[in-house]
Amino acid sequence: MWEYTNEVKEHFLNPRNVGVVENADGIGEVGSLACGDALKLTFKLDKDKKISDAKFQTFGCASAIASSSALTEMIKGLSIDEAAGITNDDIAQYLGGLPKEKMHCSVMGRDALEKAIAHYRGEPDKMVEGEIVCECFGVTDIEIARAVKENNLKTIEDVTGYVKAGGGCGNCHESIEEIIASISGIQPKEERKPKKLTNIQKIRLIEETLEREIKPALKQDGGDIELVDFADNTVYVELLGTCSTCTASQVTLKHYVETKIKELVSPELVVEEVEQ
Amino acid sequence: MTSRVEHPAIKSLCERLDKKGYRVTFVPVDRKGVLDIDYLYDSLTDDTAIVSLMWANNETGVIFPIEEISNVVRQKGIAFHTDAVQTVGKIPVDVSQSNIDMLSISGHKIHAPKGVGALYIRKGTPFSPFLIGGHQEKGRRGGTENVVSIIGFGKASELAANHMGESINRVQKLRDKLENELIRRVPNVLINGDRDNRLPNTTSLSFEYVEGESILLMMDELGICASSGSACTSGSLEPSHVLRAMGVPFTAAHGSIRFSLSIYNTEEDIDFIIERLPPIIGHLRKLSPFWQ
Repeated sequence: MWEYTNEVKEHFLNPRNVGVVENADGIGEVGSLACGDALKLTFKLDKDKKISDAKFQTFGCASAIASSSALTEMIKGLSIDEAAGITNDDIAQYLGGLPKEKMHCSVMGRDALEKAIAHYRGEPDKMVEGEIVCECFGVTDIEIARAVKENNLKTIEDVTGYVKAGGGCGNCHESIEEIIASISGIQPKEERKPKKLTNIQKIRLIEETLEREIKPALKQDGGDIELVDFADNTVYVELLGTCSTCTASQVTLKHYVETKIKELVSPELVVEEVEQ
Repeated sequence: MTSRVEHPAIKSLCERLDKKGYRVTFVPVDRKGVLDIDYLYDSLTDDTAIVSLMWANNETGVIFPIEEISNVVRQKGIAFHTDAVQTVGKIPVDVSQSNIDMLSISGHKIHAPKGVGALYIRKGTPFSPFLIGGHQEKGRRGGTENVVSIIGFGKASELAANHMGESINRVQKLRDKLENELIRRVPNVLINGDRDNRLPNTTSLSFEYVEGESILLMMDELGICASSGSACTSGSLEPSHVLRAMGVPFTAAHGSIRFSLSIYNTEEDIDFIIERLPPIIGHLRKLSPFWQ
């Protein structure tokens, strides 16, 4: 299964500070059953305004439980300002590191701590600000931007590992790429811009696309394709091999060959089958 | 045409074909994991090339009426494949009593060496080899035969056939005892799948308000091996596609555990789980903010 450090295993099997602090000064709750993990953090201050007790309740996997346990140990004895400086990476480091896919467990700890501190200070909830980008896990643009900035994230996968955004249906991937681009300066892969092509250029590109993209794919299924003619933006091809007798050949032609040609050569082209 | 609860062996292939431009119909299942057969029959068209359905589900053990479906599909002249990997050795499988054109089985499920399997093809079924480049198996599959594994698979099949009656009944009794005792001892447990129509050796249980990976790791400490449909276990963020297709609520899907028993499991094994698993669930629920 997962490659957990000994610290993670130790905190998972023997979690510290489980429960709810009575008459807590700060309470922070994050996550939900639907999301697969949730954490309730409570703490109490002593007369010197230092955190004298902290407890947690967590629903989640081993690393979520270990992160929560670690967090309660880390904040004990700290002032509120000191505790506020704890980052998700501090929690992960305390545990000797977390698998990349599990970093969101440390982020959940940090979020619960922030909420508990905001609750203590009587501040409004920061998390509800911003716009929801990932509908599946209810993650806002502000949360994503923060994770990208603080952890120097570069890819959608990174973002999913840290805040879960993009881990469901995938509809928000473009928005996540834009957020990464706006912060790190990494541009999302640029769309191929349609250029005005001459007929000769089109034919060359069609031939190249057939050779490089389409033929190898068809050959996997024992089929082949030949360019017969090109006129008035219509590509005339002949299907060979198993393609010529395949009942699904029209599907292949329209959905695969034409789509590829439109994508890689020019969107105005259509593909027609001819028999020689 | 396939179902929404197939093993990745079929699911991933169908998803790739879908991307390549083929039309793939994913037939839904109900809350108990039972296939919507009317939906399947209604979706068969003149250009349906092949129907591939699992005989029994690997997560819940729910059995699909493959023999009946194969008859209908055959009448329409459509090729029919079944993934019988979970089924063989658990319930009787007889291709001569059905219209199955192709059937896949895997050795490790019946204690044969890992890495050996078989594809049954009915005579006359159009077929092109997956591996070419050799005359082995009359040109049906290129590559030198793995003789040792094949012999092992043959022997394992023979043993599995011998175990079909009494031994499998014993496994079913153990499985039922495991389920019934866990339900009796642990509150808020759900059984995923149609209890009246399942493989005798499989059970999928959902423990509400706890997370599957945590249960697995704690059982692992005790030497109990099981698997989970929870999101965290698989490395994705969403629970198993099978449980989601069945509409199992997220509250339960995240805490799902599957036990697969074999004829080599003993009453002592089951008693051990029955004794040791409830305290694990109790411990994890004590940690959970949702458990009062």
